[in-house]
Amino acid sequence: MSLTSAHSVVAPSAVSKRVAGTIIVLYALISIVPLLWIFATSFKTPPDSIAYPPKILFQPSLEGYCNLFSTRTRQTPEYINALGPATGVCDETVRKRNMVIAGPSNFMPRFVNSLIIAFGSTFCAVFLGTLSAYGFSRFKVPLADDLLFFILSTRMMPPIAVAIPIYLMYRELGLSDTALGMILLYTAVNVSLAVWLLKGFIDEIPREYEEAAMIDGYTRLQAFWRTVLPQATTGIAATAIFCLIFAWNEYAFAALLTSGTAQTAPPFIPTIIGEGGQDWPAVAAGTTIFLVPILVFTILLRKQLLRGITFGAVRK
Amino acid sequence: MLNRTADSVARATPEPLARKVRGISDKGLAWLFISPTILLLLAINIFPLFWAIYLSFTNYRANRPNEMVKNVGLANYKRILGDQDIWIAMQTTAHFVFWTILLQTLIGFTLAWLIDRKFRGHAFWTTIILVPMMLSPAVVGNFWRFLYEPQIGLFAYAVSFVTGIPATQIGMLSNVSLAPWSIVIVDTWMWTPYVMLICLAGLRSIPEYIYEAAEVDRASNWRQFWSITLPMALPFIMLAVLFRGIENFKMFDMVNLLTGGGPGSTTEVASITLKRQAFESWRTGYSSAFAIILFVAVFGLANIYVKALNKVKQR
Repeated sequence: MSLTSAHSVVAPSAVSKRVAGTIIVLYALISIVPLLWIFATSFKTPPDSIAYPPKILFQPSLEGYCNLFSTRTRQTPEYINALGPATGVCDETVRKRNMVIAGPSNFMPRFVNSLIIAFGSTFCAVFLGTLSAYGFSRFKVPLADDLLFFILSTRMMPPIAVAIPIYLMYRELGLSDTALGMILLYTAVNVSLAVWLLKGFIDEIPREYEEAAMIDGYTRLQAFWRTVLPQATTGIAATAIFCLIFAWNEYAFAALLTSGTAQTAPPFIPTIIGEGGQDWPAVAAGTTIFLVPILVFTILLRKQLLRGITFGAVRK
Repeated sequence: MLNRTADSVARATPEPLARKVRGISDKGLAWLFISPTILLLLAINIFPLFWAIYLSFTNYRANRPNEMVKNVGLANYKRILGDQDIWIAMQTTAHFVFWTILLQTLIGFTLAWLIDRKFRGHAFWTTIILVPMMLSPAVVGNFWRFLYEPQIGLFAYAVSFVTGIPATQIGMLSNVSLAPWSIVIVDTWMWTPYVMLICLAGLRSIPEYIYEAAEVDRASNWRQFWSITLPMALPFIMLAVLFRGIENFKMFDMVNLLTGGGPGSTTEVASITLKRQAFESWRTGYSSAFAIILFVAVFGLANIYVKALNKVKQR
């Protein structure tokens, strides 16, 4: 055995590293193309977006973003000429197409709904999850394994199967199409993830800290508040981001249980249409705005990602 | 009575000890901490589940709330098991689950195995690869409709560029034989990183001394791969497969926006059928029965999953 054939994992050879690196970079570049395309399309004009062959180089335009945030009406050129000078970039862009801005679109309210529901449910899920995780981690709970399995199994239900009775229940309770209803539902879905993840994080904090605090005269509750919680902040933050991403991305419940006032962005974005079909630049603009927070979170989370997606089963 | 005794004892003991006595007992605290979660899940998950079980034995229709509800016994279940459309939907689901898992496992494991070579910049490129799985399947699925457009879509253009087939003929979403693959492609694009990440953890969990020992024994690279790498990473691969299996069995959002089950019902996976029955035909009783059947199937999978998960954890 010569030195060059030393085992690849013990010491990968330079050649195998280069080959591996090339393949991975190629895969990464290809897999990111659809996202770059969304981003590029959001800055195209509608004619550019549906050109054949697809345009890679184009004159950037804000029309997609203007159309996303506004509703427009078609007017005669005489009417438009009679108006005063355009008041902004969007006004100018829209007038070139013989249209005037009639008012704001529903995108902002839907986006705000997404924010309220995602943050509200994340807060509730993490709050309940932290308490339960501490309970399961530190105390002898009868049937603990069964309870933990029960908590996890609620996450396994097909969303449409859950949506049928929830739809009826919310109709009876007057929770249909309300932010409160959606927050309750997303909290219930996310709390299972929160309990499982946080239990893992709290298990890793040595019990000695609390015991020392209790010998110093703290009650169990104070020890939990003053020693365990500060130690668990990283875990709590990571869990919160996972819950946030789920609630932010969720579509099935939102599409079936909300239609107007409490509708979130995911069911709304596909409904953005222009004259004669889907207004792809506006859809791309909405998609871009919707995806950016998730991209930021993914980069922040990359070290905890594995743990989050396996419910704490794999910790690296 | 007991409280008053405890209080008097507490007052008589020195301060630190007294605080302990006055505090809530551990058992009380445990239940105080756990019960809100359990109550919430009972209200939002278990109560509706029982309601659905009840409805599955009736002919209730949610769009006619004032009509008399009749108990029909097991009729809904019998009709589902004899319903041709349901079986076709289950076949479509099976096709989708089988191919997505096969492709994701093969590609995901290969990628992980390559990343494990730790070439320069591997952390950065790994993060780039991970991005698709974090995004909203609905919003991204919707955008893939655009990429799949036969004339103007980037996907059709790229395929025609490589294969020479005219782009107008690549109707991924309108062609009956291509549509089932259109959802497989998007799901594989989105979730291969997921399998990759778990496989990578598996590969990194293999201690180096095992390879060193194999090297001493002059085991070939091929042999090392089959008798060390693969068996030791297997529990992780299984974990990923089970997770993806459960998720794709209940797949709804991406498919609903990409194809809506069409053309015809060629991509109508189980969840789409369920939605059509429950929220378009309003056969609430019938669809509840179907929901229960699906739920039992997923629950069975979940059971296996938790056992596998515990096995992985014990390693």
